[in-house]
Amino acid sequence: MPDYAWPDPDHRTLIGKRTTRVDSPVKVSGEAKYTYDVHRPGMLYGKVLRCPYAHAKIVSIDTSAAEKMPGVKAVQIIQGPGSNIHWAGDEIVVVAAVDEDSAEDAIRAIQVKYQQLPHLVSDAEPPSGSAQEQGPLSMDDIGDMLDNQVPTREMVSQIQRYGLTQKPSEDTLKGLKDDGAPDDVLTALRSATVHPEAGNRPPSNYQKAATQTTGDPDKAFSEAEVVSEGLYGIPVITHCCLETHGSISEWTDQDHVFTHISTQNVSGIAGQMAEPLKIPATNIRVHQDNIGGGFGSKFAPDRWGIFTAEISKKADGKPVRYMLERDAELKVAGARPSAYARVKVAAKKDGTVTAWQSNSWGTGGPGGGGMPPIPYVFSIPNQHLEHTAIRNNIGPARAWRAPNHPQAAVLTMCALDDLAAKLNMDPVEFFGKNLNLTRARENTYREELAIAAELMGWKEKWHPRRQNADGIVRGVGLSFHTWGGRGHASDCDLTIHPDGSVELKMGTQDLGTGTRTCILVVAADTLGIPINAIQLLIGDTNYPPSGGSGGSTTIGGVSSSTRRAAVDARDALLAKVAPALNAQPDQLECKNGQVSVKGDSSRTLSWKEACSKLGAMPLTIRGKNPDRSKPPDLTNSGVGGVQMAEVEVDSDTGIVKVKKMVAVQDCGLIIDLKTAESQCYGALIMGISYSLFEEKVMDQATGRMLNADMQFYRLAGLSDIPELIVHMMTGKGYDERGVIGLGEPPVISPGAAISNAVANAIGVRVPFLPLTPDRVLAALEQKGRA
Amino acid sequence: MRPFEYVSPNSRSQAIGLLGATWGNIEILAGGTDLLTLMKDDVVTPKRLVNIKDIADLRGISFDAQGLRVGALTSLGELADNENVRKNYPALSEALLEAASPQIRNMATIGGNLCQRPRCWYFRNGLGLLPKDENGKELVAGGENRYHAILGNQGAAKFVSPSTVAPILIAYGAKIRLEGHKGKRELPLEKFFVIPKTENDREHDLRPNEIVTELVVPPASDLKAAHYEIRQKEVFDWPLAVAAVTLKLQGTNVQSSKIVLGYAAPVPWPCPEAERALSGKPVNKETAQKAADAALGKATPLSHNAYKVKLAKVAVTRAILKAAGGAA
Repeated sequence: MPDYAWPDPDHRTLIGKRTTRVDSPVKVSGEAKYTYDVHRPGMLYGKVLRCPYAHAKIVSIDTSAAEKMPGVKAVQIIQGPGSNIHWAGDEIVVVAAVDEDSAEDAIRAIQVKYQQLPHLVSDAEPPSGSAQEQGPLSMDDIGDMLDNQVPTREMVSQIQRYGLTQKPSEDTLKGLKDDGAPDDVLTALRSATVHPEAGNRPPSNYQKAATQTTGDPDKAFSEAEVVSEGLYGIPVITHCCLETHGSISEWTDQDHVFTHISTQNVSGIAGQMAEPLKIPATNIRVHQDNIGGGFGSKFAPDRWGIFTAEISKKADGKPVRYMLERDAELKVAGARPSAYARVKVAAKKDGTVTAWQSNSWGTGGPGGGGMPPIPYVFSIPNQHLEHTAIRNNIGPARAWRAPNHPQAAVLTMCALDDLAAKLNMDPVEFFGKNLNLTRARENTYREELAIAAELMGWKEKWHPRRQNADGIVRGVGLSFHTWGGRGHASDCDLTIHPDGSVELKMGTQDLGTGTRTCILVVAADTLGIPINAIQLLIGDTNYPPSGGSGGSTTIGGVSSSTRRAAVDARDALLAKVAPALNAQPDQLECKNGQVSVKGDSSRTLSWKEACSKLGAMPLTIRGKNPDRSKPPDLTNSGVGGVQMAEVEVDSDTGIVKVKKMVAVQDCGLIIDLKTAESQCYGALIMGISYSLFEEKVMDQATGRMLNADMQFYRLAGLSDIPELIVHMMTGKGYDERGVIGLGEPPVISPGAAISNAVANAIGVRVPFLPLTPDRVLAALEQKGRA
Repeated sequence: MRPFEYVSPNSRSQAIGLLGATWGNIEILAGGTDLLTLMKDDVVTPKRLVNIKDIADLRGISFDAQGLRVGALTSLGELADNENVRKNYPALSEALLEAASPQIRNMATIGGNLCQRPRCWYFRNGLGLLPKDENGKELVAGGENRYHAILGNQGAAKFVSPSTVAPILIAYGAKIRLEGHKGKRELPLEKFFVIPKTENDREHDLRPNEIVTELVVPPASDLKAAHYEIRQKEVFDWPLAVAAVTLKLQGTNVQSSKIVLGYAAPVPWPCPEAERALSGKPVNKETAQKAADAALGKATPLSHNAYKVKLAKVAVTRAILKAAGGAA
């Protein structure tokens, strides 16, 4: 049985050390190519006609003038007459032309008649009593769910749970299938319960999404010694990928497609394109070298991934490029659901938290969306939760780095921080006292809390909340977070050639997180050769499939399969080399570019000499992770982190500056300390940005997004970023857990930590993020009146 | 791309001859940092662009006993870095440096800065200068007006004047020179800005067949001046409030002053009430705050921008104190 276990600290040459990312030179020099940079020979340019209305029915489309225009090679209707459009900016027609200008002219020549329908783009608190229980679904609902890209699993569960208002005919089902409905959904529709009487119910924008009671909250509140009540929230923000979504597709022959796409999911794209294109997934090659940001919004081929291929076919297979324009990127290609809550929390005088009650709401666009996991991290014994999902016309939500967790952190940690203030307790003491409620991660949090407080200088900086904020004031705040992060399925092929060269192929992608570097660190450490002796090939469906980069699953996945392949390849090589060194394979080791008998340096071959013993044929080993139903070995799940923020608030202008942030984070065994820290730095920067600036602003009257640009959709710039301190938990108690993902956890806490710091500074809670001057001044004014 | 004619005259008279009698079909191209964006976003759709960058005598900075003369094509960067400007009009230099990133400062012209179009997000989304929905209903008053005007907003125009440099130029007493079919004219810069009443009006008193040729700023050796901006982000952000102040002191008391608000109204907003409040008074926090209260006394905030009244007051207070040499 091969020994895949991670080497102990004394036997690691690269793992856990600081390795500079291998793709730094090509990225800083501009040599690195992104999908946006891809220009294929004879390439055509796509442009899309988008619906200007937030809710409308398409009455008619006339593309005849566009089709006759010079340079136009193909025109394709994406959503035809009769379709219901549920957000402004949705795709109606695509044109492929010889250049962008011709395509744009053609788009302007298309005539579409819409019947405007009433829209809702607000996510304000639902009017009392407006929330409806979800009832049986109509075929329109099913069509809408497909249009709105509701995940298959979610659709199936809703169909099973709520049933249908009518039994779908075989024709309807066939139509749905042609529109791309997955088989699982069709199966669920066939076997769904039918409630014909429910068909006449008027639809509501407000759906009761959850009601849960744990313990005895009524009793706990009636017995409570201190109760704190507050309003908290975090708005819809967009992903705002600096490389917009998009793809370039071409038909290399009658039944083969080659797609360049900006994606987090290279290996998973072909399978999603196969059915709509009506060719086997094996006939679709997907390639990507580098990606300029995804953050959870780039897992699917999306409409543009499909229509670039479809319209390419109409244009004799010529490559068709469509990368979203900046405004389209912000309007339709990614939104993080909002979450707001009225929260009541109770405690004993000594700070022990006893009860939680929340009435929450939020929107994920047309699909409504679910309740964030509240109360977060702290399992409060007595709870009552109610959540209303708002279905509206702001555009579809997508997973945003740590889906639902930043929302949960704000709703929970801000409510608990207000409770600590009411108890007149230092939050470090208060949260520390309740750490038993975190169960599995209690000791980790305790250790992290102490380190964070030390690094922040919390003791010197914390003060009870001010009664009167005057001039420039400072404050500190903290938050806790958690995440899973077990590695995904990830295959790789590692080949050792008789000339000593080594090649590793894996269908993964490097989101900019350092995946390339980490794969090489594991392979090089295991084979005892330098990183630059290994050629790594990723980002193509020609390589073994590897999971999508989401949910912090990549590092655990790619490091595990790489380790397995490298251990097996090493052992196979040693078996071939052993006779030449007069030893048994298990007496040999690979180290410093040599294969030697352990403890006998006189019996040594260089790596190249050793590999020559392979004979004529290279050695290729497939690395494959154990099935997820089995307990993990090289990877694991479950991390905890603590973050602290220090802010300065100008109480005359309401302007908040973050002065310092501390992130203390565990993630099991760290492969590359440098890129792990970078993940945290990046997350803090992203966190400051959504805490202070980011917000998708919708105009209620027109239903349009007003700030779909880079002047009013503000992102933090260099000068908005203060001192950032990152501390990674390593060594005993952490390393032996195995490798755990780090993408999501550090971005969860900044919103809550910064909001808490502002409350500490100005003495009053600013209920909603982002912490803009208008909101800060309004909170101060309300306090002044109180 | 919508086709348009591109003409590149090399004299003022040629340029004026290529302009038209109405707005809309012809646009003047100088630095292009605003116009090209508006064209790409389909907000303006000219049939002809008149490039004036080849007109040599629209450039240049001179300084003498009569004051400062600045050609309309002078870049913001060149003007900010000019030794005479830095020495004699430091608050102008500061405003120019804060106006944009280095790349934009090197392209954008001072004439263009004064003629740039509003940043109103309804306007920039193609919903009009005086935004209305398809039924003619005004959009801003009941809409997302957090960045809109708090003064001079009783008519249909609710955007804020976008130039951050205009307030300090007005405070320094700048005059603008224009040239057109009917010859040359000069007017105080504050008269150059007007509040449009119809969708076809512009935000300035430039006629469709005129060009901006020059700015003239009187000597300022007896003035103390300050420019103060409140922005949420440190850089790359439009301000929420701008105040420009020039003070003439007699001993320790204010003999006269000029106080102008930016980002508060559809035009740069002179504040005679504040000037009167400050007149004859020593400059301290209390008198500065009283002047600020007077400046905003007639503010009429919209549904979501009352906070801007407070910010404008803070900007005025801090600008007055800064001009007098105290801490802002």
